[in-house]
Amino acid sequence: MLRLYQTTVHSRLMLGSARYPSPQVLADAVKAARAEIVTVSLRRESAGERAGQAFWSLIRELGVRVLPNTAGCHSVKEAVTTAHMAREVFGTTWIKLEVIGEDDTLQPDVFGLVDAARTLCAEGFEVFPYTTEDLVVAERLLAAGCGLLMPWGAPIGSGRGLNNLFGLKALRAHFPEVPLIIDAGLGVPSHAAQALELGFDAVLLNTAIAQAGDPVRMAAAFAQAIEAGLAARQAGPIEPRDLAVPSTPVIGTAFRG
Amino acid sequence: MPQAAVRAEGVHVSVIGAGVAGLSCALELAERGAQVELLERAPQLAAASCSWFAGGMLAPWCERENGGPLIAELGTEGLAWWCRHFAGTVMRGTLVLAHARDTAELEQFARRTAHYERVRAEAIAALEPELSGRFSQGLYFPEEGHLDPRAALAALATRLGERQVVVRYGVPAAPRAGRVVLECTGLAARAQLQDLRGVKGEMLLLRLPELNLTRPVRLLHPRVPLYVVPRGAGLYMVGATMIESDEGTRISARSMLELLSAAYALHPAFGEAEVIEIGTGVRAAFPDNLPRLRRAAGALHVNGLYRHGFLLAPALARRAADVLLQGRHYPEVMDEDPGERRLA
Repeated sequence: MLRLYQTTVHSRLMLGSARYPSPQVLADAVKAARAEIVTVSLRRESAGERAGQAFWSLIRELGVRVLPNTAGCHSVKEAVTTAHMAREVFGTTWIKLEVIGEDDTLQPDVFGLVDAARTLCAEGFEVFPYTTEDLVVAERLLAAGCGLLMPWGAPIGSGRGLNNLFGLKALRAHFPEVPLIIDAGLGVPSHAAQALELGFDAVLLNTAIAQAGDPVRMAAAFAQAIEAGLAARQAGPIEPRDLAVPSTPVIGTAFRG
Repeated sequence: MPQAAVRAEGVHVSVIGAGVAGLSCALELAERGAQVELLERAPQLAAASCSWFAGGMLAPWCERENGGPLIAELGTEGLAWWCRHFAGTVMRGTLVLAHARDTAELEQFARRTAHYERVRAEAIAALEPELSGRFSQGLYFPEEGHLDPRAALAALATRLGERQVVVRYGVPAAPRAGRVVLECTGLAARAQLQDLRGVKGEMLLLRLPELNLTRPVRLLHPRVPLYVVPRGAGLYMVGATMIESDEGTRISARSMLELLSAAYALHPAFGEAEVIEIGTGVRAAFPDNLPRLRRAAGALHVNGLYRHGFLLAPALARRAADVLLQGRHYPEVMDEDPGERRLA
């Protein structure tokens, strides 16, 4: 069970909805992943009366919670406006907040992010901020009113896994009570398992599943990895050691020479 | 494919919609001897159809990467049909390129398709001298072709005229009693086909006489994939966006920026091109983005060709004719009950 603002979910796997071969494959992948939360990008021009309704009604029919995002926004104003529109279109105060600061890496503009988060939290939004593993930024986001954080694993769509293990571990250690969701950059299920093993609460994925050769199968594989990672975390992993520790006691064995 | 002896002569068919699907279906039926009329709501050929804004790539193997094996199978059939029915079909293959930093995109593309040769800088320069020195890696699909969609639509209309098929423009879809109805109306059929949705596409027509590309070039990019299709006389079609939206009246500034920057990345000479036309259309697609022949409200619908209109229309026309004239069934493209595929 994971508590995100006032909502409790069971699934630790959240999915993005972009770049799938078709909406049908997306729907099948969401089922295979047993995801309860799906992010939806609100492209401004699709926000008209009818436009894009067909796609959104397909998503609604999945019975999942929609987490609208501000993907592709480069400024505070743009992100805040998109959040307002998303609230109207989807009828939710949830918003995944992205303020992009650099076009090649799509890395967050953390200054703009904190600004936008402050504005939106004050307006009653429940903000899911897409951030880096930076501790100071995390502190500011929480002070701005965010009740959870979404640090990146690696740049969006890069499939590189958890790039800065030290930084992510430090973030987890600093904020033991705050829900932390790894957002972006994962490539294969072992990356997701690792995130859960490190104590992160959930992961959000898009490209790794949507662009896989068989997205539905990959979604199921990620679901299994996350289940394994969470179980391993709860089971209490051993600490790595420098010296070998024999798993069979040797004292008293015959013929030791 | 040789047909069993069927008396198609007595069958009267009203085909509704003069996009590429309707024109292909009308021609296929007329060639088999049926009495065909073609009804189009727009005042002239294809003016209200997304076929008018198509790329005209006949690329079953490139489309397989995203569309899957059924698209490749139907598309291969379509490619052969165009070679027989439209003299303007150009068989010079497709070139798929990626910049050095996007090698991963090229590898992923290659893994999911077939019928290509890997090409390095020299081979690329030999195929398209204008791109010499600009790209060091790519895939060449020698068995693919392309055409100018507008010329192809006009050629099909001419062939229909030769077979005494009456094409009525500017009329509502009101076929006369006693006729078999074949509806090829794209998104306009949404009242009957409720799981149909619109996917907006945006394209540009550029003129750049000093550049001479002879075959479609696709530029892979993780965010902004693009293709450029030569139309002859220095004209190039640059496309195409895919946006989940059924309002297709205007291009967005962002889309225009993306299309132009990608064209510029393919060849900087595009910076000097004249923008001849900005087009937008809305493709009709089912949830799995695969086409269907479906019976609804007393008609047989051919719909959901998505971004593969020209590629798939011939194979679907042949199957639609088989269904209407011979009662055949094609499970891979036919489903009678839309409820089966509801997502919930």
